[in-house]
Amino acid sequence: MSSPKKIPITVDGKKYDVPKNINLVEALSSQGIRVPTLCWYKGMDDCLGTCRVCTVNVNGRPSAACTLNTTEEMKIEFDTSELNDLRKSIIELLFVEGNHYCPSCEKSGDCLLQAEAQALEMTHSRFPYEFNHYEIDYSGEMIILERNRCVHCKRCTELFTNDDGEKVFSFIGKGKDTQVVINKETEKSLSKHKAQEAMDLCPVGAILVKGEGFKTPYGERKFEKEPLWIKK
Amino acid sequence: MTKKKIIIDPVSRVEGHGRVTIHLNDKDELDDAKLHIVEFRGFEKFVQGRPYWEAPVLVQRLCGICPVSHHLCAAKAIDQVVGVNDETITPSAAKLRRLMHYGQVLQSHALHYFYLAAPDLLLGMNSEVETRNIIGLAQMNQDLAKKGILLRKFGQEIIRATAGKKIHGISAVPGGVHKSLSTDEIDSFKRGGDIPSINEVISWCTEVLDHYKTYHRKNQSEILSFDQLESNYLSLIGKNGELELYHGNLRCISATGKKVLDDMNYLKYLDVYQEDVKEWSYMKFPFLKHLGRENGWVRVGPLARLNTCEYIDSPLAQKELEDFRSHNGRFPHGTLLYHWARLIEILHCAEKIQLLLDDPDVTKDDLMAKGNRESEGIGFLEAPRGTLIHHYKVAPDDQITKCNLIVSTTHNNIAMNKSVTQRAHHIWSKHKERGEEFLNEIEVAIRAYDPCLSCATHAIGQMPLKIEIRNNENDLIRTIER
Ligand code: SF4
Ligand code: FES
Repeated sequence: MSSPKKIPITVDGKKYDVPKNINLVEALSSQGIRVPTLCWYKGMDDCLGTCRVCTVNVNGRPSAACTLNTTEEMKIEFDTSELNDLRKSIIELLFVEGNHYCPSCEKSGDCLLQAEAQALEMTHSRFPYEFNHYEIDYSGEMIILERNRCVHCKRCTELFTNDDGEKVFSFIGKGKDTQVVINKETEKSLSKHKAQEAMDLCPVGAILVKGEGFKTPYGERKFEKEPLWIKK
Repeated sequence: MTKKKIIIDPVSRVEGHGRVTIHLNDKDELDDAKLHIVEFRGFEKFVQGRPYWEAPVLVQRLCGICPVSHHLCAAKAIDQVVGVNDETITPSAAKLRRLMHYGQVLQSHALHYFYLAAPDLLLGMNSEVETRNIIGLAQMNQDLAKKGILLRKFGQEIIRATAGKKIHGISAVPGGVHKSLSTDEIDSFKRGGDIPSINEVISWCTEVLDHYKTYHRKNQSEILSFDQLESNYLSLIGKNGELELYHGNLRCISATGKKVLDDMNYLKYLDVYQEDVKEWSYMKFPFLKHLGRENGWVRVGPLARLNTCEYIDSPLAQKELEDFRSHNGRFPHGTLLYHWARLIEILHCAEKIQLLLDDPDVTKDDLMAKGNRESEGIGFLEAPRGTLIHHYKVAPDDQITKCNLIVSTTHNNIAMNKSVTQRAHHIWSKHKERGEEFLNEIEVAIRAYDPCLSCATHAIGQMPLKIEIRNNENDLIRTIER
């Protein structure tokens, strides 16, 4: 098989040759440039670009890198103080909008929001905490929805189905009132393994498998073993 | 009659924030003294609505000094929710939890003795406040201070190895633990290095005890006359009446040693416990129902445990217990004896740690047990400062609906108030014009109990101390500040 055609792009004034028409986050990663992400994950096509944590400037315009494929002569600005601050402030805003108590969260150490906050060296939020009230949904058979932690990334609503291919999660409400809900009928049939898949898919600790948590010792959790960091 | 009120706020080298008010009458005589615990923690409330398996990691945030006690006590309670108890938990999990607990008691007692109490005892209660701390102690006796610091470090490393982190570990999960020890970890405790080896720890503990006993002999009358408080004593107790820090039945004895409660399964604690509320403190006042409000209060912690137990099942600590009893009698009441008792418990923990490090079960992988889901769980534990109770109710959908926590300091609440009042009466006429000495002595009385007033962790820092004298109109008439 012939290797994909390489095309030149510029990142922060430096030229790189990358494969044509591949996901921009992957392309930059192949050159040692780690773009922070939250709703996107490696290998994902057609990301909805809900979180904007991956914002870069493409040909002068702020864009979600995860929603773009590489094209010839793309001019990308990534490591500028303004963009770094913008990405960090999006993470900060997510922390003030939800109620995230990392110390007692089942996903601590495995949570992408927490890992990105660490990678972006967030020590506190510059925005006032909102202390919004969210109901925890205990009505599922296998799953608890801990809405205090949901970042509305839509991974679960778009990508997760039960063994029969039926959706289990959806959004209701609009704007600030948008919330994730479970379809009790389709959730009922989830195996423990499938439920665990949903918990792993959620980048934060909003989807919990009943009775599960804190099974992995310190030092062996995902982002402790492979910490995220921004290559400067 | 005009009354004046002196407020000692905050109390220093006590974890958290306490406030002492001294109430005076119009003749400047001491009328009453109260220790107010005014911080509100709210854990019982905000654990409600959380999934039950979060309790052991959530509630340990109550404290930065003894989080392991809360972690383990909650885990014991939540074990019952998943249908596991002390008999059905795996031997490896039980021993690893015990090891964590002994490490915790050792480090907490070492912190308390060397950082918080010894500066008062060994440097003198009224020595300069700027140097009356672990640094001043190091200047006076470098070897002792160094050993104190390293003993604490050893305990912290045991916690790190068993719980994952020195503070706020996460290894106790419903039904067991999620990690065992590696042989490398065990070797590091046997071999020593940055930390002393377990053999060194044991010999240092006996040295520290010898040092304390020499001090005690020289200052016996001062120590014993400081505060004598006849009280009931409560603790868990082993099957054969031995000192037990992790799991056992409840025993309570009177000031004369009469068993007022014995061999009682702690799951039935509500049959005998009642809690009183007073408008001047956020902390409740528990007492044993059948003895009544006036007489049912207890003391818990190291002195209480040495009084309730018949013996200690580790040889060196048992010898020390015999010595303690030959000096002080079988049921001593001197509040400052808490410190001596604490040092005996440090030695006991070290001996237990040595045995567990030699036990192959702590390296095995049989870590989790299962049972039938229950709707309620009660955990009791002897925390460093005394008996600790966690009680949870859990709905069928897994959310915690009710939580009751009775911590050691709550158990000692009435006793601390009585000690403060007694001490204040004793020293008022001598020290009333001299705020500093007065404050020191009140603080020493409180510190004997090692109260955990909240989770603030200020081991070395001397908090600024302020006395406010107020009349009955609550007008500030005098302020004394450090
Ligand atoms: S529950 Fe998790 S996966 Fe679903 S939208 Fe919220 S954060 Fe994303
Ligand atoms: S990762 Fe690109 S928008 Fe979320």
